[in-house]
Amino acid sequence: MVSPVGNTSTPPATPRLQMRGVRKAFPGVIALDGVDLEVRAGEVHVLLGENGAGKSTLINVLGGALRPDAGTIALDGDTVAFGSPRDARARGIAIVHQELALVPALSVAENLLLGAPPARAGVIQRARLHTEAAAALAVLDPSIDVRQPVSALRLGQQQLVEIARAMRGAPVVLVLDEPTSALTPHEAIRLFDGIRRLTARGTSVIYISHRMDEIAVIGDRITVLRDGRHVITVPTRPLQHEQLVRWMANRDDVVPGTSTGTRSVATAANPSDAQPAHVTQHEHSTPRLCVHALARRGVLHDVTFSADAGEIVGFAGLLGAGRTELARALFGVDRLDAGEVFVDGQRVRCSHPGDAIRAGFGFVTEDRKGDGLLLMRSVRENIALPLLRSLARFGVVPRPSETTIAEDAVRDLRIRTPSVQQSVLALSGGNQQKVVLAKWLATGARILLLDEPTRGIDVGAKAEIHTLIRSLANRGVTILLFSSELPELLALADRTLVLRGGRLVGEVTRAESSPERLLALAVGAVSADAPAGNAA
Amino acid sequence: MRWWQRRETGTLVGLLLLCLALFIATPYFATLDNLRNVAEQSTVIGTLAIGMTFVIIAGGIDLSVGSVVALSGVVLAMALRAGAGAALAVALALLVGASAGALNGVLVTIGRLPPFIATLGTMSVGRGLALLLADGRPISGFPDGLRALATARWFGVPVSVVLMLALFAFAQLVLTRTVLGRFTYAIGGNAEAARLAGIPVRGYTTGTYIIAGISAALCATLLLARLNSAQPIAGIGYELDAIAAVVIGGTSLLGGSGSVLGTLLGALLMSVLRNGLNLLGVSSYIQQIAIGAVIVIAVLVDMALQRRLRHTPS
Repeated sequence: MVSPVGNTSTPPATPRLQMRGVRKAFPGVIALDGVDLEVRAGEVHVLLGENGAGKSTLINVLGGALRPDAGTIALDGDTVAFGSPRDARARGIAIVHQELALVPALSVAENLLLGAPPARAGVIQRARLHTEAAAALAVLDPSIDVRQPVSALRLGQQQLVEIARAMRGAPVVLVLDEPTSALTPHEAIRLFDGIRRLTARGTSVIYISHRMDEIAVIGDRITVLRDGRHVITVPTRPLQHEQLVRWMANRDDVVPGTSTGTRSVATAANPSDAQPAHVTQHEHSTPRLCVHALARRGVLHDVTFSADAGEIVGFAGLLGAGRTELARALFGVDRLDAGEVFVDGQRVRCSHPGDAIRAGFGFVTEDRKGDGLLLMRSVRENIALPLLRSLARFGVVPRPSETTIAEDAVRDLRIRTPSVQQSVLALSGGNQQKVVLAKWLATGARILLLDEPTRGIDVGAKAEIHTLIRSLANRGVTILLFSSELPELLALADRTLVLRGGRLVGEVTRAESSPERLLALAVGAVSADAPAGNAA
Repeated sequence: MRWWQRRETGTLVGLLLLCLALFIATPYFATLDNLRNVAEQSTVIGTLAIGMTFVIIAGGIDLSVGSVVALSGVVLAMALRAGAGAALAVALALLVGASAGALNGVLVTIGRLPPFIATLGTMSVGRGLALLLADGRPISGFPDGLRALATARWFGVPVSVVLMLALFAFAQLVLTRTVLGRFTYAIGGNAEAARLAGIPVRGYTTGTYIIAGISAALCATLLLARLNSAQPIAGIGYELDAIAAVVIGGTSLLGGSGSVLGTLLGALLMSVLRNGLNLLGVSSYIQQIAIGAVIVIAVLVDMALQRRLRHTPS
């Protein structure tokens, strides 16, 4: 392993890491379009960008998991080419992804020293294993017993173990992808401590996060990426919060100095939306959906709201605030402990997704490939799946009517596919998502639960999905939009409800919504749970 | 999907090449008697493999079918010896097979046991029950009402072969044209997506095990007709032959894809291979090696083809 060298007081002439003109295209999407990134020795370099801006692709290129189509990477002036993650690790690049890579059944110590446990003649020396592991964890969390299995730890502690493992190798460049998402404020402070010790010894840290408060605390410089391009690199101090949001969200036609109560950011986030096409309809006195005092132990508490036909209701909140959990509970995926749901004034009990579908719900999950689609099967089979039983006569599927339904949906939603017989595996992300939507429209869903409907979809298709969502609302479908992307909520939602810790903590109407307002509610106004609340 | 892209095509090509090679290598292969013999021999594993195909497409595995063959065969024989009519006796055997399948299904869906473990357990239980009922001895000496199944021919084709082909045709229709078939693919392809589409996943999963149990009972019926007796130690290792037929036929053990048409070809291929090696006087030890090699090569080729097909953008 290369030991880190460098002087932190003055930036050296040769940057620690220099990525130049990095390009990476996937079928249908250009993920990186000639990105430059320069990281100095001993600095914490923040990568900022919306979902799909290219952060993860860039990190995967750096880590050797992806090969760039063009561009160069230089470490301390040496041009390097990584053929595999192993190559990158050998050069001292350590990456901590959001998804943990620990072996749950092994102990904390065994995980920490997984690659090269201390051994003599092939027999692991347990005492040394435990002392070395404890030393590696001393900064981040000395309270963790290194002998217990990783599966016994909380998610946040597991995250710390993973980070400690990466730090232990004294990496030249350490990449942390949203490291604090599962951490308590206290743990986050310890993490920052660990980062500072590491950078003092010359390690460079690339830090991916959306939390402005922690960026202000830990970051030295910020690079903003947008649509696969490098926008700007600026020092963290002073933190130009609104300017950063504008760089991330694109478009220069924004009114500077926005505060609450203006529409400027909403329109800036999506210029085509300057005049929202749809008008909320209040035809009935009874709302389409009424949810009263919904609760699921430890996850959702006393959630009450209603939504009208044709209304788009947004749900905002940080990771773990209960967005997905609320959608799953409404759809009968997870059991409720308390609460009542009414559709058009009728009480409905959904203990199984089948009940929810009959009550008029449709659910577009956040993980399209994981639980939304049968990837190997055709567009036709995917669209027809939820209504197959009602379509069938004596258990036999009538192929012609099934094909008609699928073809109508493909036309209606403009799904780009050679035919309905095409397997959905071959479609682009945007078109796959349309297949998922088509599935629920075919069942005649009157209430659509959309959980991150544009995740992993390229910019063009995203706009198309947004237009589609609006037109569905115009047809009278009630839309509950669960999204972590504030611009998406601002562009689409008639009003946005904010979740925090499984509770509804606020409601913001379209007229008064702004990223700052939503964020403030989501983090708890005075950012009580932020590690160091001086910059939110 | 075009016909040459279908997964069964590879198995068909393999089968035809094997037949061609044997045709050249030995004059005894392409005789009417021998071909009839090959077809008849394939009926036992073929019938058993139909149900196995359903289970595997739904993402499961059933190791108990060999024991269920023995158990339902013993029940069938006891019923016949007790003077029950052929129809009633067969119905009873089918009920035993279906019950065993239902038990497997419940253990897997409600008990949440991995299918491998659940059916490993019922495999042993089924075998023990068969031995217990038969007191460890073969059962024979009953009116030969079922004998016709093994001896009769329709236009020169053994009735058992006709029956097997009819079962395959029916199963193919069930898999491609019915809700049950579609849900079987959906559950094996992505159980969570199936659940979120409102499919009662547990019920349909159990259904596939019941189909496997019924297949085993049908297999036992054919076996009893042929041997005119029932053995409590019948069917040992049949589950592995059935799995091999399914896998050679291009059905993925990961679930979600495959067809019974492929399984039929897979069963025929194994039968032809055994027959050919016998005709060539190859020792049974070497036959085992050859069959093992065929299984591995078939799956290797299949995986390579799948990788090429998947090279479309995702």
